[in-house]
Amino acid sequence: MTRMVVNPITCAGHGICAELFPEWIQLDDWGYPIIDPRPIPKEFAAHAKRAMAACPTLALILRDERAGG
Amino acid sequence: MSTTTPAFEGAAIEPGVLPRLLPARPLRTIAGHVEHYGPVPQRTDALILEIERSGLKGHGGAGFPTGVKMQAVAQRRGSSVVVANGTEGEPASAKDKTLLSIAPHLVLDGAVLAGTAVGAREVVVCVDRAFPQIAEIVAAAIDERAARAVDPLPIRMEQAPHRYIAGEESALVAWLNGGDAKPGFVPPRPFEKGVGGRPTLVQNVETLAHVALIARFGAAWFRSLGTKADPGSALVTCTGGFARTGVSEIPLGISMPALFRATGTEISQVQAVLIGGYFGTWLPPDALDSVRLGSASLRTQDASFGCGVLFALPKDRCGLAESAHVTRWLADQNAGQCGPCVNGLDAIARAMAALVKGDRKGDAARHLDRWIDMVKGRGACKLPDGTARFVESSVRVFADEIRRHKRNGPCSACSAAPLFPLPRVGGWR
Ligand SMILES: Cc1cc2nc3c(=O)[nH]c(=O)nc-3n(C[C@H](O)[C@H](O)[C@H](O)COP(=O)(O)O)c2cc1C
Ligand code: SF4
Ligand code: SF4
Repeated sequence: MTRMVVNPITCAGHGICAELFPEWIQLDDWGYPIIDPRPIPKEFAAHAKRAMAACPTLALILRDERAGG
Repeated sequence: MSTTTPAFEGAAIEPGVLPRLLPARPLRTIAGHVEHYGPVPQRTDALILEIERSGLKGHGGAGFPTGVKMQAVAQRRGSSVVVANGTEGEPASAKDKTLLSIAPHLVLDGAVLAGTAVGAREVVVCVDRAFPQIAEIVAAAIDERAARAVDPLPIRMEQAPHRYIAGEESALVAWLNGGDAKPGFVPPRPFEKGVGGRPTLVQNVETLAHVALIARFGAAWFRSLGTKADPGSALVTCTGGFARTGVSEIPLGISMPALFRATGTEISQVQAVLIGGYFGTWLPPDALDSVRLGSASLRTQDASFGCGVLFALPKDRCGLAESAHVTRWLADQNAGQCGPCVNGLDAIARAMAALVKGDRKGDAARHLDRWIDMVKGRGACKLPDGTARFVESSVRVFADEIRRHKRNGPCSACSAAPLFPLPRVGGWR
């Protein structure tokens, strides 16, 4: 159960992630990523890795469980 | 706002059993405090269990179960730190300042008791540096305790920046660690890695005052007021259009009409009540007759008790304009860190201002719902979520007002100076 989250503090809104992983990441009205909160299916694991590696601020993170309250 | 005049006597609602937290006269010396409340219990080994049994929930806004949080800190390795959060950045709230000035030792008792129970090495009491008179009272109370060596662990006070965001727990911890009072990306949360890297229990000062009383009188006593789901009492700040404004203590779960009676206010005199502070929800007139100040009843209105602020909107005020002022103020509180917060809240505030002007082209209305959804959950802290919640409720409750403004442009009350307090804030350090 791996989900992708973005650190909104380090994210600078380059939008590269949405280009590389459009199945999972969309940009909001201001160019910041909105990430699908569901667990990432196996077939997208490579896309996810690529987007993470391409982010200039390394703002994308994989989490094995949802952070609780 | 005055921090010491009660809006009403708690006893007017529940004869003889209230107030618990707000003694009739300030108890600033240990002698007076102990005479009133009795000595601090020495044993704290079962305190966390007793707090869990009491059902105490945090009074800083989020309403998280205090026992669960204490347990989480107690289970971490190594010694921890307790932060008593008395910064009270919520502009309309005065209950924490009132509590600190009337019963400082109750807060300190609770912080030390909680600290002993979770294995803390020190207690840090944080107050807002814009209120030096509160800081003076707290400092004097700490000094007297130190001189008499009453506590098993040291207490220090810190005067935090005068900013709304500074009271958010990760921001407070960041500032105590020498940085800006800006939220961090969590996890790690303060209970995992906080002040000096140690597990840190951050509790609102009112929460800690309840801890001090539960340690003395027990969970059953605590539960003798309030309801099963919302046990105990709570401080409230009644402000805006109530006939009598100020801080008082209520049993949780009382009805809104009972609160109105206690403040000498007719429900028919107000348009709506904002509950829970600036992250809160407007209760429309038809809800005021029936709603109770308990979680289940408030949930039916998408509302929660929050930090106990109740703001009554007088009949002669424009609810839309007042809400737009608050939205702009909230947007301006952003810590400049997260894109969706910095850009999204500004866009939302501009849309609210456009609705006040009439939004002839309909652009604002068209975007607002989307933007509200778009910002939720997308900041490092809850500023976007809290603002979204407030705006969502504003456009719902003042829907008729929005239509009237669309038809006629700004109303006669729109140009009035805001009734909500919208303080200028200081720097980040
Ligand atoms: C923007 C923001 C501002 C906050 N300001 C305060 C505050 O002034 N005082 C406070 O006690 N809690 C404040 N909180 C809540 C704290 O983060 C934290 O939840 C609280 O101090 C925990 O205490 P409690 O569990 O006893 O309520 C704020 C939260 C947010 C998101
Ligand atoms: S690539 Fe990185 S910095 Fe750019 S929008 Fe995506 S997460 Fe943010
Ligand atoms: S969500 Fe807004 S206020 Fe909170 S940390 Fe990010 S920029 Fe700052």
